[in-house]
Amino acid sequence: MPGLKGWQKWKWVIFFLAPSLVGLLVFIVYPIISSFWLAFQEWNLLTPPEFVGLANFQELLNDQDFWRALGYTLNFIVLYVPAVFILGLFLALFLNQKLRGMVVVRTATFLPVVASWVVVSLIWKWIFNPSFGLVNYGLEVIGIDGPAWLFEPQTALIAMVITSVWKDVGYIALLYIGGLQSISETFYEAARIDGANRWRQLRHITLPLLTPTMFFVAITLLINYFQIFDQVWLMPMRDSAADRQLEVIVTEVVKNAFSYNRMGYASAMSWVLFVLIFIITFVQLRLQNRWVYYEVE
Amino acid sequence: MKRSALFISMVLLLVSLVGVTSAQETTIRYFTFSAAPDHLEDLDTIIAAFQEENPGIAIEVETAPFADYFTLLQAGVASGDAPDVFELNYENFVTYAANGTLLDLSAMVSEDAPFYPRALEAFSYDGQQLALPETFSTVLMYYNADLFDAAGIDYPTAEWTWDDATAAAEAIRALGDDTWGLFSPVQFWEFYKKAAQNGECEFLNEEGTESLINSPACVETLEWMVSVMNDGLMPTAAQLSGVSDSELFLSGKLGMIVTGIWMFGAFEEADFAWDVQLEPMINQHAHHFFANGVGVSSSTSNPEAAAAWVEFLTSSEVAATVRVNSSWELPALDKPEYFESYLEQTPPENREAVFQALESPVTPPVIVRQNEMQDGVNALIQRVVDGELTAQEALDMAKEEIDSLLD
Repeated sequence: MPGLKGWQKWKWVIFFLAPSLVGLLVFIVYPIISSFWLAFQEWNLLTPPEFVGLANFQELLNDQDFWRALGYTLNFIVLYVPAVFILGLFLALFLNQKLRGMVVVRTATFLPVVASWVVVSLIWKWIFNPSFGLVNYGLEVIGIDGPAWLFEPQTALIAMVITSVWKDVGYIALLYIGGLQSISETFYEAARIDGANRWRQLRHITLPLLTPTMFFVAITLLINYFQIFDQVWLMPMRDSAADRQLEVIVTEVVKNAFSYNRMGYASAMSWVLFVLIFIITFVQLRLQNRWVYYEVE
Repeated sequence: MKRSALFISMVLLLVSLVGVTSAQETTIRYFTFSAAPDHLEDLDTIIAAFQEENPGIAIEVETAPFADYFTLLQAGVASGDAPDVFELNYENFVTYAANGTLLDLSAMVSEDAPFYPRALEAFSYDGQQLALPETFSTVLMYYNADLFDAAGIDYPTAEWTWDDATAAAEAIRALGDDTWGLFSPVQFWEFYKKAAQNGECEFLNEEGTESLINSPACVETLEWMVSVMNDGLMPTAAQLSGVSDSELFLSGKLGMIVTGIWMFGAFEEADFAWDVQLEPMINQHAHHFFANGVGVSSSTSNPEAAAAWVEFLTSSEVAATVRVNSSWELPALDKPEYFESYLEQTPPENREAVFQALESPVTPPVIVRQNEMQDGVNALIQRVVDGELTAQEALDMAKEEIDSLLD
C-alpha cells in the first residue's frame, strides 16, 4: 500500500499479519507465559490452581525419576551428537563432489529427514526385532547372539541413537553442504598454486572456514536433543523394561502433565529444561571465539 | 473512506466464517470411549429408545479412543466446557469424585434399580452416588484344549490351584521349544488380583491412608509371580518379540492365558478348540472386577435431563439387551434374564464362568494419584523381573512411594 502512513499503514500490516500472528500469540506466546505462572502453582486441571511458591522446584531436586530422565537425556546426547556431527560432515564432503547422479544420492539421504517419526519408528522397530529383525539376523550371520534391543533400557538407547543418526544425518549434511559451497574457490586455487594436497586443503581451508556452520550445527543439535521426545515415546516395546524405565525429560513432562494431572509440576520441569538449554547455549556462544573463524572481507 | 469500508467488510467476513451455532431446547452432551468405533449404531438405538420416552431431550454424542479420552475430558473440565454426561472407568473415578467434578445422583437412583450392589458401591464416594455403574468386565483363564489333549492332561477345573496350573504348563512346555505353558502378565493389575488370591496381602489399609504393600504375604505373592516367568514356562517380553500374548495364544502356541472376557470375539477365529475356566487359586478364588460408570458433570445446566439419560443408559432393559446382543460390554445389572442370549453363544462353552467369577470380585486399589502409583509399582516390578531388586526391596520402595502419594 504505497502512500499510506501511520495508522493507515499499520492497520493493513496487522490485518495481513493477523492469521499467523494470532496463531503465534495464542499457541506459543500465551502458553509460555502461562507455563511460567503455572510453575509456581499446583494444578490438577479439575480444581482451580493453587499457589505453592517454589515447592515444585524443591520437589524436582529430590525427584529420582527426574534425575534418571536427565541422565538418559545426557546419555543420549553424548552418544548421538558426536556421531551425527562427524558422520554428517563426512557425508557432506562426499555429497559435495561433482559426480554424475549425485542429485539422486543427495535426495535419497534427505528422505529420512522428511519422513515422520511414527513411520520411522515402525520400520526400525521391525529392524531391531530380536527374533526376526534384520540387525540380529546380520549379527547371527557373523556369529554374534544379538541383544534384545528395544526391550532393555541400555540397548534401546543405542538402538534409538542409531535410528536418530540415520534419520537426521541427511539434514546435518545439508547444512554442511551449504557451508561448503559458500567457501570461495579462490582459496583452493591459491592453495593448489602453493602446492597443498587434498588433505592439507581440507585441514587448513575447508575445516576452518566451515566452523561457523559447525557452530550452528552444534547449537541446534544440543537444543533439539535436550528436548528429545518422539523416538523415546514411540520406539520401546510395550510393557518391556525399556518401556517402563527409559524416560527422558520431555516424556516426564508429558507424563506429569497429562497422565498424573500435575500441570504445575510439569511446567516447573519445562522451565528447568529451558534454563539448562539456555545455560548450555550461552556457554557455547561464549566459547565460540576460541574455535569459530568467520571469513573476513 | 472507501478503504475503511473495505477493511471493515473484510473483518466482518472473517467473523462470519467463525460461524454461529444455534442451541436446541435441551441438549445433553454425552462423552464416551466405549462406543467408538464398533458400537455407535448400538448407541444410536439406545438413544432413539430414550427419546421416545423423553421427547425434547437431544443427546449429542462425542467420542474419543480410550488412550486420548481422559486427556480430552480433563481439558474439557479445565476449560469449563465439560460434557454434561461422561463415562469413567473405576480407576479414574476417584480422581474425578475427589475433585468435585461429579454431581451427586443419590436422589435419582430408585430403590429398585437392578444394579449389582458391588458395582453400585464402587461408584459411591463419601456416601454420595457420584456415578452409576454402566458395564463390568472380568478376567478368566483361557486354555487351548488341543494342547491339553496333545500333552495328555486333564482340562482345568474351577477347583484348580496355581500348582495344578504350573504342572500343566510344564507338560505343555515340554511339547516343543516354541510352545509355551502359561501367560499371566507380571504387572500392577495382575499383582493386586494375585494378592487377593493369596488372601493376606492388601495394597492399602482400610482407611486408605497407608500402604501395606511390603507385607510378607505381598512379598511372597510377587516372588511367586516372578518365579513363574523365570522358570521358563512363560515367554518374556523379549521372547515374545513384539508378538502380543493374545496373538501367541491365537497362533496355537500357548497352553493357558489369563486375560479379559473382552477377548471372546477375537479368539473366535482360532483354529483349535478352546474354553475358559475360573482362574486358579493361591489360597482362594479372586477375579478382577472392572467397571465403567457414567457420571453427570457438576457444571451441567440440565441436571434432571442428564440424570435421566444416565439412568436409562445404565439400567434400562433396552440398553441392557442392546449391549448383550451386540457383544458390547456386559451391563452391571443383577438381572439373569438379560444375559440368557449371552450365555447361549459359543465359544467358549463355559460362559457361566463369567458370572461365577463375580462371586469373588476384586476391585483395583484406587487412590487419587492413581496413574503415578500404577507406573511406580510397574517400574519396580520390572526391576524384580530383571533381577536388579529382590521382591522385598522393591516392595519396601513401593510402600515408601505410595505413602508419599497419599499425603
